[in-house]
Amino acid sequence: MGAIGFKFVVFFISAVVVIVSSVLMITRKNPIHSALWMILAFFFMAVIYLLLNAQFIAVAQVMVYAGAIMMLILFVIMMVSLDKGHQEEQREQKPSVAKKVAGALVIVILAVELLFASILYQATARPGVYPADAVFSVGNTKTVGSLLYGQYLFPFEIASILLLVGIVGAVVLSKKHK
Amino acid sequence: MVVMIPEMNFGWLIPEITIAVFAVITLLLSLLWKKGGLKPFLGVLPLIGAVVALYYTFHLWNGNLDLFNRLYTIDNFGTFFKAVSLIILILVILLSFRYVDREDIVVGEYYALLLFGTLGMMILVSSNNFITMFIGLEMMSISIYILCGLLAGNLKSVEASLKYFLLGAFATAFLLYGIALIYATTGTIDIREVATYVKGGGFLVTPTFMAGLALLIVGFGFKTASVPFHMWTPDVYEGAPTSITAYMATGVKAAAFGAFLRVLFTAFHPFFSGWTIMLWILAVATMTLGNITALKQDDVKRMLAYSSIAHAGYILIALAVGDRTLSSTVLYYLLVYSFMTIGAFAVVIIIGRKDSPNTGIESYAGLAGRHPVVAAVMAVFLFSLAGVPPLAGFMGKFYILTDAIRAGYYWLAIIGVLNSVVAAYYYLRVVMYMYFKEAQTDIGLPDFSVGSAVAIAISVWAVFHLGIFPRTFLMIAYKSSQIFM
Repeated sequence: MGAIGFKFVVFFISAVVVIVSSVLMITRKNPIHSALWMILAFFFMAVIYLLLNAQFIAVAQVMVYAGAIMMLILFVIMMVSLDKGHQEEQREQKPSVAKKVAGALVIVILAVELLFASILYQATARPGVYPADAVFSVGNTKTVGSLLYGQYLFPFEIASILLLVGIVGAVVLSKKHK
Repeated sequence: MVVMIPEMNFGWLIPEITIAVFAVITLLLSLLWKKGGLKPFLGVLPLIGAVVALYYTFHLWNGNLDLFNRLYTIDNFGTFFKAVSLIILILVILLSFRYVDREDIVVGEYYALLLFGTLGMMILVSSNNFITMFIGLEMMSISIYILCGLLAGNLKSVEASLKYFLLGAFATAFLLYGIALIYATTGTIDIREVATYVKGGGFLVTPTFMAGLALLIVGFGFKTASVPFHMWTPDVYEGAPTSITAYMATGVKAAAFGAFLRVLFTAFHPFFSGWTIMLWILAVATMTLGNITALKQDDVKRMLAYSSIAHAGYILIALAVGDRTLSSTVLYYLLVYSFMTIGAFAVVIIIGRKDSPNTGIESYAGLAGRHPVVAAVMAVFLFSLAGVPPLAGFMGKFYILTDAIRAGYYWLAIIGVLNSVVAAYYYLRVVMYMYFKEAQTDIGLPDFSVGSAVAIAISVWAVFHLGIFPRTFLMIAYKSSQIFM
């Protein structure tokens, strides 16, 4: 089996796992189970990134999403009492026929569109500045770093103000009022 | 591997830097001044910052250059919108002095987030690059999400904040997905390069590209509150603090339309035939639904929310017509619309009280007898919103509909005219209550303050001046839209 065949097998397995665990994530009743399925989806997303030669993003995905963010989500789930979720269930109404038909219609339209897009897909974009070989010779992380602190310095800097706004918002909204 | 450190041209960024610095200073001083008697001065600080930034923004006029490896652009179009958002900021700060005190809002964070939101708008409108544009848009949106929820202990305010945040995050995903598809099919995120690449031949219009364009329109449609992406608007506008509602209805809308216009008229103008139909439908739906739903509102704040949806529809007419030489009418209309809407919301603020916002239409009954001046200015703003000459609202609508007729969009113009007839009913209904109805309950005199008086005076002056002498401002708007030539 050549390298291409191996890559395809790995991609196929991880794609299936990502889809299955994403579906399980949104259908589980227990939030902890959902969170665990989400971790699995994140991990196999990282594998797909690796296949695309994006090692840096793969590592960041595992460390930031599967690591740090999931920890926070689990903390929140454990601190907020879980019983509330079960009470909500009973009040849930069965969707009406009209809603079901509308939902099915949207899904069918989207599926057909996806099908058309994948059949008719043509690579129209012009070749990028950083093809795989160039990135390979320098190193993935180094390329990302030099772009971030070089060409894209300005968005990088204003993103820090964006984060400041987020922090201020989190503090001011969660602060206890007199 | 060469690291391309951009040239540091900070001189062109003085307005943005001023706003950012004043926001941080306000945030820090609010901690120090919390106890002392200096608290009222916290509002003065951002006001100074906004005025200084506006002064330096005027100096950017006729400067045309790219900064930071083409990731930020100074041009007249951006400068115009920067000036508009700073003027809106100044008016909103003036309105907030008394209001923030009355409603017990955390002062420091309130003003700091207002400044950060304006900074986001300034970045949003002066970038030709999707990355910078997106960060600006997010900075603006996140500040507004938080500002909506600042009414302490008010459930409606919390609901507004959460609703806006959830739907806004969803719309952001649409926008980002659109940008990703555009990038996938063109290989660039600079909107001018998208245009040159697309026009250069060898480019095939694929479904992927059109899907990207459609998703971009959905994202911007949400931010500009166009039907059918308007569902959040009435609840959020009603629940948010009134000063923030005024800010959302004018500032956010102006900045989002600015970026929308730039993206459509620069990158996607070669596909004009593809999106003009989409925008035609959006414009008609937005005008009609906004106006017809506004007819049934008994709450003035909610009525103004629907009216702002309807006005987005009028602006979309000009976008659907898509004539780049005539895009200056959009700029003029946005300027006019900002003044009259802020003025109307200012009156809503001063009619209100702590714990009883008095936004119901019956609160306006007999206002002319109790306070003729307030009733008169409210009537001016409402007449202007309805489009009665010689007020500015009439000129704005007149130019937009003229454009539509000149470009051969007769049906669009006819629907626009019919809609403004419908709109006249609900605006004049408030005027009727103010002048010809007896007050049922005594709600006391308006809660006047120096700040709101100045803001209202500026708005009244602008509504008259822009309506009677529109020429200067049309020329400025025309020069701003020269970048599309």
